[in-house]
Amino acid sequence: MSEWLVKGGYAVVSVTVAAVYGLLLSGIIARTLARSQGRIGVPVWQGFLDVFKHAAKRTAISHGVMFYLGPILRLTGGIGTLLFVPMLYGSAVFGNFHFAGDIILIIYFILFGALGMALGASEGGHPYSAIGIGRGLAQFAAFEVPFALAVISLAIQYDTLSVYQIVGAQQNGIASWTLVTNPLATIAAMISLLGSTGYSPFDIVGAPQEIPIGPRTEFQSDFISLMQLNRAIFAAAKLVLYMDLFFGGATNLLVLMVKTWAIYMVPVFVGAAFPRYRIDQSIRFFLRVPTLIGIAAVIFADFFFNAS
Amino acid sequence: MKQSYGKDLPELPNEGLVYPDTEYFCKTRPVPVEPQFKAMEQVRNWARANSLAIQAFGTGCGAVELRPLMTARYDAYRYGVTGSATPRQSCVFVIGGYASVKTLKRIIVSYEQMQNPKFVVALGSCTVNGGMYWDSYNTINRIDHYIPVDLYVSGCMPRPEALLAGFIKLKELIKAGKCEGANKYAENFDWYKANQKKIIKNWNMPDYNW
Repeated sequence: MSEWLVKGGYAVVSVTVAAVYGLLLSGIIARTLARSQGRIGVPVWQGFLDVFKHAAKRTAISHGVMFYLGPILRLTGGIGTLLFVPMLYGSAVFGNFHFAGDIILIIYFILFGALGMALGASEGGHPYSAIGIGRGLAQFAAFEVPFALAVISLAIQYDTLSVYQIVGAQQNGIASWTLVTNPLATIAAMISLLGSTGYSPFDIVGAPQEIPIGPRTEFQSDFISLMQLNRAIFAAAKLVLYMDLFFGGATNLLVLMVKTWAIYMVPVFVGAAFPRYRIDQSIRFFLRVPTLIGIAAVIFADFFFNAS
Repeated sequence: MKQSYGKDLPELPNEGLVYPDTEYFCKTRPVPVEPQFKAMEQVRNWARANSLAIQAFGTGCGAVELRPLMTARYDAYRYGVTGSATPRQSCVFVIGGYASVKTLKRIIVSYEQMQNPKFVVALGSCTVNGGMYWDSYNTINRIDHYIPVDLYVSGCMPRPEALLAGFIKLKELIKAGKCEGANKYAENFDWYKANQKKIIKNWNMPDYNW
């Protein structure tokens, strides 16, 4: 019993740290972009203020039960993803939960939030929400393909479906990172990350100029506060997952911050350089070259690493 | 749950709507919402003041002065001023200059969709007394008669610096707890509604837009 309480307490610490880090990261990135544009930019703690301000609204309009559940399911998806990714390898507090096939569960958890959000936003009844959901799920189906192929490639390479064991196999210096041992899978997954972080050119889901921020159009006060919090947790969870799978994981918080920040800068750089795709262009993009790279990664892994 | 409407109050007539539409809209009236836990209210007001999301709805020529605020020269972001694409998530409504009767209708819809507390900054002389359009047949003279205004930035046109100074003044007002426009609107709902209906002849929307 007490073991479960301790484990639960550690999970709360993990989620809190991920939320704080995710909110800070968004501030740091906004600040960096502002400096590169010759501006001063928002304070780094702006994310916390936004979450608090929305939660402090005095009124909230609901459209029904599913509208309530939408942000909650989204938060469940974010926290669920985080709890099955080891934030720090070998740490008792940040080790989180792991079992033999957790990577499959994580992939489902990533989808879970998007589906919950789709149900919640549809009850809002706003036409822009519907367009946003349609675009979001279509794009989701597209960028999951290269990521799933990369994960299959890793499963063949390390002969396991556990994130914990994949991190464990990469602890012998940079030469043992997946980035070096299986570059094709890393490239396919990094392109998939461009889609899932929602920066330009793949920010079609919430394009402010076309479909005022998409599925979130109708959400206000508490709802949007919860979703902004989830955005931070989910971003942190995804970055930690990528760091664990491809960049050798981390054994202390400083390494974790540096590595996840560096991974996050990839979509930010691409986003600063490219204009937005249309939805059909985006789907075609993911289903062509990245998918081919993913298939090549699977063949590569099967050829070089398959023992049987 | 945060309640914002009066269940026991008489329903709104919604006379401007015809049958299928009457089923889609709420008939309840807004009520003023007093802040809970007054000790926390100062902290909340501080957060509200430092996170101002402007609704991206340019209602007149003055809206053109909003754009430079986001550029490197003025950079309103550093004061926590950002844009918001939907009225649901925004808290500052900048009335950009003259409001024609047609625009006033949209202003009312957008304003009512924003959540309490909400702040209105009226920009330019036209919003104060009609400015150079004071005798025009299709613009209103005082925006104050139709929605509550927290702050005026006068001038024709005011420069972006003036608008930025206005935002800083608005932050002071919010921190002092003086921006209760949403409650004022709910308290004097009938007066505002009568004024709006007097000027908008073809009223074909619900009496309160949730």
